[in-house]
Amino acid sequence: MTAAPMNEPAPLADLALEREIAGLLVQALNLEVAAADIDPNAPLYGEGLGLDSIDILEVALVVSKHYGIQLRADNEENHQIFRSLRHLAEYIAGQRTK
Amino acid sequence: MTAAAAHALPIFTHGDATARIAHRRGAAVSAREFLADARELAARLPASRHVLNACVDRYRFAVGFAACLMTGKISLLPSTHTPETIRRLGEYAPDAFCLTDDRGCEIALDKFLCREDPAPGARSRPRRNDEAAIPWQVPVIDPAQVAAIVFTSGSTGMPLPYPKTWGKLVRCVRDRAELLGLLDGRAHTLIGTVPPQHMFGFESTVLIALQSANALTAERPFYPADVCAALAAAPQPRVFVSTPVHLRALITSGLAMPPVELLICATAPLDAQLAREAERQFDCTLLEIYGSTETGQIARRRTAHSALFSLWPGVRLHAGGGQTVAQGGHVEQPTALGDIIEITGEDTFLLHGRSADLVNVAGKRSSLSFLNHELNAIDGVLDGAFFVREPHDAGGTDVARLAAVVVAPTLDAQTLVLALRRRVDPVFMPRPLLFVDRLPRNATGKLPQESLRALVEPAEPLLPIAIDPAHPAFAGHFPGMPIVPGVVLLDAALHALALDGTSPCEIVSAKFLGVVRPGEEIGLKRQLLASGSIQFDLLCGERCIATGLLRAR
Repeated sequence: MTAAPMNEPAPLADLALEREIAGLLVQALNLEVAAADIDPNAPLYGEGLGLDSIDILEVALVVSKHYGIQLRADNEENHQIFRSLRHLAEYIAGQRTK
Repeated sequence: MTAAAAHALPIFTHGDATARIAHRRGAAVSAREFLADARELAARLPASRHVLNACVDRYRFAVGFAACLMTGKISLLPSTHTPETIRRLGEYAPDAFCLTDDRGCEIALDKFLCREDPAPGARSRPRRNDEAAIPWQVPVIDPAQVAAIVFTSGSTGMPLPYPKTWGKLVRCVRDRAELLGLLDGRAHTLIGTVPPQHMFGFESTVLIALQSANALTAERPFYPADVCAALAAAPQPRVFVSTPVHLRALITSGLAMPPVELLICATAPLDAQLAREAERQFDCTLLEIYGSTETGQIARRRTAHSALFSLWPGVRLHAGGGQTVAQGGHVEQPTALGDIIEITGEDTFLLHGRSADLVNVAGKRSSLSFLNHELNAIDGVLDGAFFVREPHDAGGTDVARLAAVVVAPTLDAQTLVLALRRRVDPVFMPRPLLFVDRLPRNATGKLPQESLRALVEPAEPLLPIAIDPAHPAFAGHFPGMPIVPGVVLLDAALHALALDGTSPCEIVSAKFLGVVRPGEEIGLKRQLLASGSIQFDLLCGERCIATGLLRAR
């Protein structure tokens, strides 16, 4: 699946991380889609991947376990993080401690 | 002084104007400030009698609730804010308006926005001086005043209204505050992950703080790190109010939980193992509360140590007519509980599951709790639930059948059906048995019957629509690019519904939404409305190509 034209193409290293995160989400949330089929620019919350607040709580656990990041709701970036898989991957790439 | 006024109950029990009534944005809010905020809001509220208090900030919610009490308004507490619930709420109380602290609030009622807060740190000092001049007098409310109307949560089907008088609400939380040790003279801080809009959150994070001279916390932490920060920021001793879903996330987060004095959990049955781990990590006692929308909270247990629930003083249970009925204490009327309960002593019982939907299929009786238990007991089933499918035809002889959804990634349908057949009577076998990746639990972990039904309704067989690929209309509509004309579609739909000529009808409306080419498969989905009209959709694969409404003449 290719990125929408309005988005900058992601560097290769980020693509690998994106894939890895997609795999973790599919596994943790028992999603019906294949990891490779998640549109990296589609919203994760609500429409798009259709995650709800219980899923998001689950994602927070996955992100802390694998990357050592504790998500916070009062973080300015929080709204951005779940805008898409790509945003989540970018956030993780910038904040990861493991 | 009138008899009613003599028994009138104050909005809050903080005896001193400087007592801390809330903790917000890292600072204490005094009872005097709270009262000033409530008076100010009360003076501005619209005249309507019913209010949907949607404030996300728990302090704003509490101020809104107090302002409504002071002006005789009734707070509506539906279990969800879905568009359908709001639509029904609007029908129930046409004058209802929505009190909100969110400019982007999407609730489809007239909205009234709370005053916005000054910038952090700039909390109006001058106003506080003005207030000091006003005599300190906490408003009192007639216990017979209807303060709130709660609605059953939907896990039992359609929501039903239950009016709550101020006296009943106060009595319930005061009794409980005493039992939980919140009246020991120390100023506790209550922190909750539950919203104040649901009965449990309303009682346990707002009302109880107001009626036990303790402090509520405005923020509603969500992520485990938020919860840790909110707990750490709250003055001790702390009371933490949460749900099994959140507790599970917290204890698996790997974060060190700040110590709390008491943990209160409700909304869905709590697993004993989870309760023990939560007690260990929070270094406190965890009490699980049992209650219902109809009765409020009536019992508690220390889940880590005992499966037995103990009733609040004065509340008694008795079995009657196949149900368990609660009465006494704050439960003024005998009220049936929608659960399978085994009464084990004068004030103790065991909870065996929900009996809200006792099922009766063709004269055979069972309960969804029992069936769910059997389904979940099958090796390989991770989660599963039965639900009742209503007969399709309102006037027909169709009986209600059961369906089920199941999370069982390692099982195939045949294996599961065989295993289930061994456990349940053939009439209760689910039709269909739907494999899903997760059940549609709501934010509090409950499974509304409506959501379950929605999973299978689209799977209803569609009526096939036959259109002759050699229909003469195609030649001219359009030359070289044939498209099925709307009138041909409509004609075929009427044929499929057997409404041509034999039963006269009127096409009330028809909308054509998409293009269909000759030879494409078309299916018709219909719904018989209570009025006797038929609503239909024409589907081409996933696409809805036309929709309409027919009325019998």
